[in-house]
Amino acid sequence: MFRFLINRLMLLVPVFIGVTVVAFGFIRVLPGDPVEVLAGERGVSAEKRVEILANLGLDKPIWQQYFSYLSDVLHGDLGVSVKTNRPVVEEFFELFPATAELAICAIIFAIIIGVPAGIIAALKRGSKIDQGIMGISLVGYSMPIFWWGLLLIILFSNTLNLTPVSGRLSFLFDVDPVTGFMLIDTLLSDEKGSFLNALHHLVLPTVVLGTIPLAVIARQTRSAMLEVLNEDYVRTARAKGLSTFRVVTIHALRNAMITVVTVIGLMVAILLAGAILTETIFGWPGIGKWIIFSIFARDYYAVQGGLLLIALTIMTVNLIVDLLYGFINPRILHKKDKS
Amino acid sequence: MNLSAVSSKSTLNQQLKEFWFYFSVSKTAVAGLVFLVLVVFVALFADVISPHEPAEQYRQFAKLPPAWKEGGQMQFFLGTDYAGRDMLSRIIHGSRLSLLAGAIVVVLSLSVGVFLGLVAGYRGGWLETIIMRVMDTIMAVPGLLLALVMVAILGPGLLNAMVAIAITYTPYFVRLTRASTLSELNRDYVTASKMTGASSTRLMFVSILPNCMAPVIVQGTLSFSTAILDTAALGFLGMGAQAPTPEWGTLIAENRDLILNAPWTVTFPGIAILLAVLAINLVGDGLRDALDPKLKRS
Amino acid sequence: MALLEITNLTVEFATVTGSLRAVDGINLSVDEREILAIVGESGSGKSVAMLALMGLLPWTAKVSADSMLFDGKDLLGMNDKQRRKIIGKDISMIFQEPMTSLNPCFTVGYQITEVLCQHFGGKRRSYNNRAIELLNQVGIPAAESRLNSYPHQLSGGMCQRVMIAMMIACQPKLLIADEPTTALDVTIQAQILELLIELQKSHGMALVLITHDMAVVAETAERVVVLYAGQQVEQRKAKKLFENPKHPYSEALLNALPERAQDKLLNAIPGVVPGQMDRPQGCLFSPRCSYAQEVCRQEPPMLKDGILCHFPLSQPKAISVESE
Repeated sequence: MFRFLINRLMLLVPVFIGVTVVAFGFIRVLPGDPVEVLAGERGVSAEKRVEILANLGLDKPIWQQYFSYLSDVLHGDLGVSVKTNRPVVEEFFELFPATAELAICAIIFAIIIGVPAGIIAALKRGSKIDQGIMGISLVGYSMPIFWWGLLLIILFSNTLNLTPVSGRLSFLFDVDPVTGFMLIDTLLSDEKGSFLNALHHLVLPTVVLGTIPLAVIARQTRSAMLEVLNEDYVRTARAKGLSTFRVVTIHALRNAMITVVTVIGLMVAILLAGAILTETIFGWPGIGKWIIFSIFARDYYAVQGGLLLIALTIMTVNLIVDLLYGFINPRILHKKDKS
Repeated sequence: MNLSAVSSKSTLNQQLKEFWFYFSVSKTAVAGLVFLVLVVFVALFADVISPHEPAEQYRQFAKLPPAWKEGGQMQFFLGTDYAGRDMLSRIIHGSRLSLLAGAIVVVLSLSVGVFLGLVAGYRGGWLETIIMRVMDTIMAVPGLLLALVMVAILGPGLLNAMVAIAITYTPYFVRLTRASTLSELNRDYVTASKMTGASSTRLMFVSILPNCMAPVIVQGTLSFSTAILDTAALGFLGMGAQAPTPEWGTLIAENRDLILNAPWTVTFPGIAILLAVLAINLVGDGLRDALDPKLKRS
Repeated sequence: MALLEITNLTVEFATVTGSLRAVDGINLSVDEREILAIVGESGSGKSVAMLALMGLLPWTAKVSADSMLFDGKDLLGMNDKQRRKIIGKDISMIFQEPMTSLNPCFTVGYQITEVLCQHFGGKRRSYNNRAIELLNQVGIPAAESRLNSYPHQLSGGMCQRVMIAMMIACQPKLLIADEPTTALDVTIQAQILELLIELQKSHGMALVLITHDMAVVAETAERVVVLYAGQQVEQRKAKKLFENPKHPYSEALLNALPERAQDKLLNAIPGVVPGQMDRPQGCLFSPRCSYAQEVCRQEPPMLKDGILCHFPLSQPKAISVESE
């Protein structure tokens, strides 16, 4: 297992280097006067100009600039946001829990509904139920999610007044940000009703962000199940007289889940991209909204740092998924042991 | 049993007929194809079909609801936006932009991706390593984010958005093609061709490439639909097509403030996106079923 | 009364290109402790018939029969729940590809104790000793440590032994073996066959052996049913079939045995089994039959004394094979 982990980590190193190159290169490639660009829109005083020039080290050869950037990164220094004057790393990790909470809720939502839907569709292959489930999931990933979000807001928030329009918690509540995860913080706080309120605020954004993963998971589960249900060992399980429920959940699902877990792993990138749009629509204070606003505000250090950190997040989650994959599929583990 | 010489043209004909047989089994795929053809038709003849000029402002008719609602008028069938422009006309003209964007993105990413994949798979060595690592790096960042960053560098606009999105799709084609190439390389016909002295380029493009096309075609259709969604997303965020260009995503963005008073200005462009993407996905599903024998019913 | 009695079993598959009739009106009966062999080429419907009996066919299959009785119970009219009480317990089946027929995610011990737990209740772990006993019976060495092995850690022959152990665990009255040795090495084939015969005797089971190998039939079977293109062409006692085959196809099968080859050429049967599209109007074997006459090509034959032929062979043309 350990060797497996090291193996995977080795593969990530070149990608990490690549991303740092992209992040580094991004700022160098921006059109216009680099100092003006990096200072933001406010105009540059003489001292600021000197400071920025020193930071950029534009006089030094490019590879040296890159290595000093890389060493900064490895020390955890990703620059300072021009807009807020705070270190980018600090800003990122302050806002990250909001996005993480939303993403986790979205993927749980997608799995809880998507996997059973896919199983039912596979078992009732060809029936109206199957067609219905597949039809709905097809519509699900054919929709622009920003439009879907707006539509739900029109329907549930404006017309029906069922859900709040934006934010994570009503401003009437005062909750200490202990973990950054609103659901946990509200449970920890004394404010009555704050947990439900936080949940209330989470409903629409979760549904919107989770729609595409839901659709993809439902489809993938169905096709993985169909394939597995055709396998010889499922026939053997049936031949033993096991109930359909047992055959499906224990024999078939274990093997089908191998494919589905891989798919879920790929979801991280989709979730983070979707978060950008979802957070913008719902005014959700997470890194998605932060990075798009930084792009608009030309806060390029923030963008550079955000790009790097988001890529790192995705790589980390993919690694964890790979490890989980090893647990579920004993063959992978034994192969590694033998080598 | 006598073996007659079969010309390559007739086998292509046969293959197309067989392909259509399997494709047409799925009624939804055919329905999708029909709708797609309709959309292409609308896009091509937008100038003729659309009732008004998309940029024409009828100030006195601003924020008019659709014809079937109270206060609507037949001449502005889907209502008007904040500046009094006919929604239906704008949506019709927007179809041109979306289809064009999708097509250009697919053509760019497919051609570059397949070429790189072929080279990577065939040549191997350090060239393959470099290509694959670069592709891995591109894939490490969410597509939309990378496209946004690139547009930030290049400047907002539909063309830049298309190029940026195409770059984010390229790795998928590279991976697919490389995987197919690697499995084809082991086949006997490649060894045989090499022994008869076939040149590398000939081998790559004439022999190996056709065998990799099936998954590439399926991925291409998927990319077409995703490209339309991503273009709309960039338009919505203000980084794609700029107002007053009637790109569907941009239409939603410019009318976003009106969602309380005039929700139709936001709803209809979104429905247009949904229907177009749905049609392409239906066709893509049908293609996949027709090209992949494992999933066939028999 | 026979243990298993099937009359007029027909199985049709719905395909893109129309309906495919894989099994066409066959009759079978098996007595207790009897060994019956079902012989035929690929595409003869021999596996499909038994899978239909077990209820293991995919959703595209339509099964119909006049009767399917096991131990007096009507299998055809049963619902799933009732059938599952019998399958794996009183009727068991082992399959052709042992490596893929075991679930790769679970240990050998789990898969054996699972079937015991399903039919006799209780905790799965309490059957561990019984599982070890079964593994010993099927000749797997170091049985206790094998309980925790995964299928991919075992060879093909071992996997098949595990399958057999799994399927005889509940002491079935009837064991169906669908080409159990075809996917195995030649050296292992004889061992597995011997094992099956031994278990049949010691457990007092009826055994239905599905095979395309006439040599295997000669060694093991008491009665033989010969299938061709989904139809039953001959049903006789094994000894009588080998001495005096009555259907041209049976004769051709026997002549194709390497032992019966004259000169240096094997007596292969020319032509192929008819598929979905090219079913002959008359007798299905007529295109390949060396005795075929005009009436054979025009009209389908009727079943007479278990032989489906217009002109059953009468003289003993085949030479009996020396059986070990």
